[in-house]
Amino acid sequence: MWYLCVFYHRLLDYRKPEVESLAELFGAFGENQNDAEFCSQNKSLQWRLPLHHHQDSPFHFVDLPSEDVARNIANRSILVKGMYELWGEGDNYEELKDSILQYPDDRKFPYLNSNSTFKITVDSFGKVISLQEQKELIQGLSYIPFKGQVKLKNPDHNFWLMETDDYGSNNGLPPIIQKRIFFGREIGGADRKLIPTYQLKSRSYLGPTAMDAEMAFLMANQALATPRKLVYDPFVGTGSILVAAAHFGAMTMGADIDIRVVRDGRGPDRNVWSNFKQYGLPMPIGLLRADNNLPPWRPGLKEVFDAILCDPPYGVRAGGRKSGGRKLLKGVVEPYTVPDDKRTDHIPSTAAYSLVECVHDLLDLAARMLVPGGRLVFFYPVLREDDSAETRFPEHPCFRLISSSEQILSSRYGRVLLTMVKKSPYTEEIAEAARIQHIEFRENHLKWLEDGNLHSAVFSPADAQLTTSTGDSKLIKDPKPKYRGKYV
Amino acid sequence: MRLLTHNMLSSNIKGVTNGFPLRIEAEKVVEKTVEMNADFLKKMFEKIQWKAFIDASRAMGYTELPEEVDPTTLESDEFLSKFHHALLELHLEEGALVCPETGRRFPVNKGIPNMLLHEDEV
Repeated sequence: MWYLCVFYHRLLDYRKPEVESLAELFGAFGENQNDAEFCSQNKSLQWRLPLHHHQDSPFHFVDLPSEDVARNIANRSILVKGMYELWGEGDNYEELKDSILQYPDDRKFPYLNSNSTFKITVDSFGKVISLQEQKELIQGLSYIPFKGQVKLKNPDHNFWLMETDDYGSNNGLPPIIQKRIFFGREIGGADRKLIPTYQLKSRSYLGPTAMDAEMAFLMANQALATPRKLVYDPFVGTGSILVAAAHFGAMTMGADIDIRVVRDGRGPDRNVWSNFKQYGLPMPIGLLRADNNLPPWRPGLKEVFDAILCDPPYGVRAGGRKSGGRKLLKGVVEPYTVPDDKRTDHIPSTAAYSLVECVHDLLDLAARMLVPGGRLVFFYPVLREDDSAETRFPEHPCFRLISSSEQILSSRYGRVLLTMVKKSPYTEEIAEAARIQHIEFRENHLKWLEDGNLHSAVFSPADAQLTTSTGDSKLIKDPKPKYRGKYV
Repeated sequence: MRLLTHNMLSSNIKGVTNGFPLRIEAEKVVEKTVEMNADFLKKMFEKIQWKAFIDASRAMGYTELPEEVDPTTLESDEFLSKFHHALLELHLEEGALVCPETGRRFPVNKGIPNMLLHEDEV
């Protein structure tokens, strides 16, 4: 059955993947989700746009197997404002009336009867409707035989009249020719109260790269976090991503190379544990200090995590570090040895960790440690000036990319949330190839660092780049299009 | 550190071939109540190395777990609650994990095992 799915006008690229992920979570594609055949299939929902609407419009139609699935998706989502059973639509109020009158009575009457309560809300996109106008619009619906009592708080049935503007002017959407009016019965909607509850400014322990609550919830939804699942973040930091997963009931585990972050925090009640305690969430199953480049997992351990979700340190706001620094201790000569008397409290020096190596390690870890059908959800940086080449995302034989959602961070770079599903087992051959690659990274450490230096690409002056590449810089920089949907 | 974490870790010092299981040196063990989830326990049971798990629970001062288990044991509620207690409610707050091959001590402070290697161990 088709439902009207109305989104918040935010993070446009993230909206449909969220609904698709939740559809899988709530069984829209059938039950046996964990068998291998199921994981290798492409599953996606059918979507349709209203007449004259653009891909970035908040109004979409989606085909879902049942009202329960639609309700579950809407109630858990972060970006769905509401799912509605559409009773009618039109370019003007006459068309809307005809459309509603034609909608089958047996679909309408159960929600109109005299022992129920209801409420009608008027909403608009791209314009403001005054209270007086709203009242007139509601009175204009008198051709619908409402028999129930009006109740403004917690009514049995919520009806919505939604209207878009004529898009002659460019108000947040690309120009669209005609306006569209929708009337429908609400099935469910997002609990956006979660976001102020979990917002970072209320968090007792924060780091410079803590993930904002809205994005962390989106990541947890992409990871299909639910009770009984074990999720892992190898770059846990202050735990901001795991907090969202724990909210949905998942068991969590995290590691970080910086011991001050995971162990000490900023005091007894300002650390990773307190970030969970603050919201009454269960504590992480485990936190440890470990290096993702040389993870301490025992040989033979595999397929333990249901999802791995992280924001790897790709070197723009925080640089990655790995073991194997070469900063010599005072009085020690090469070859490097740590004197026995200094071993106990020795603080090992670390080396910079290039983006390529970091992503390689992450994919290898995920391929080994995820259960079949498990999900890897992580951010990957993109340079936006590279218009020539299409962005290529990391690939791995064990994984299938199911969604990529861009968020623009500045005029020069953005980040993409990648969601991958494990479709095939981690074989001996794949493990061996990864081991060889690991050695190659070690031996050519400096080369990889120079190649993968995103920080200098983002922060080097743009003009300098242009003048060195060509003489005529004005011709090169074509103006960015006026409508920039991904900025919202 | 809970014993679930302990069961997943090994010493990954360069050249070490047999870094599992890490021997527990317990200085301070604390108990924290956790809500029991039978499905999660059954799932984790398949991933656990039982011998290493029993030895670890003994090192933490808990001796109630049986030496041998088979999948039918999992149906017993009594067993499950003991397994739950050992797996998730016992915490090594202070102490160390010792590499069985080299004797290198990985310290555990405030419940966080420090598995980072020194420069000459990678």
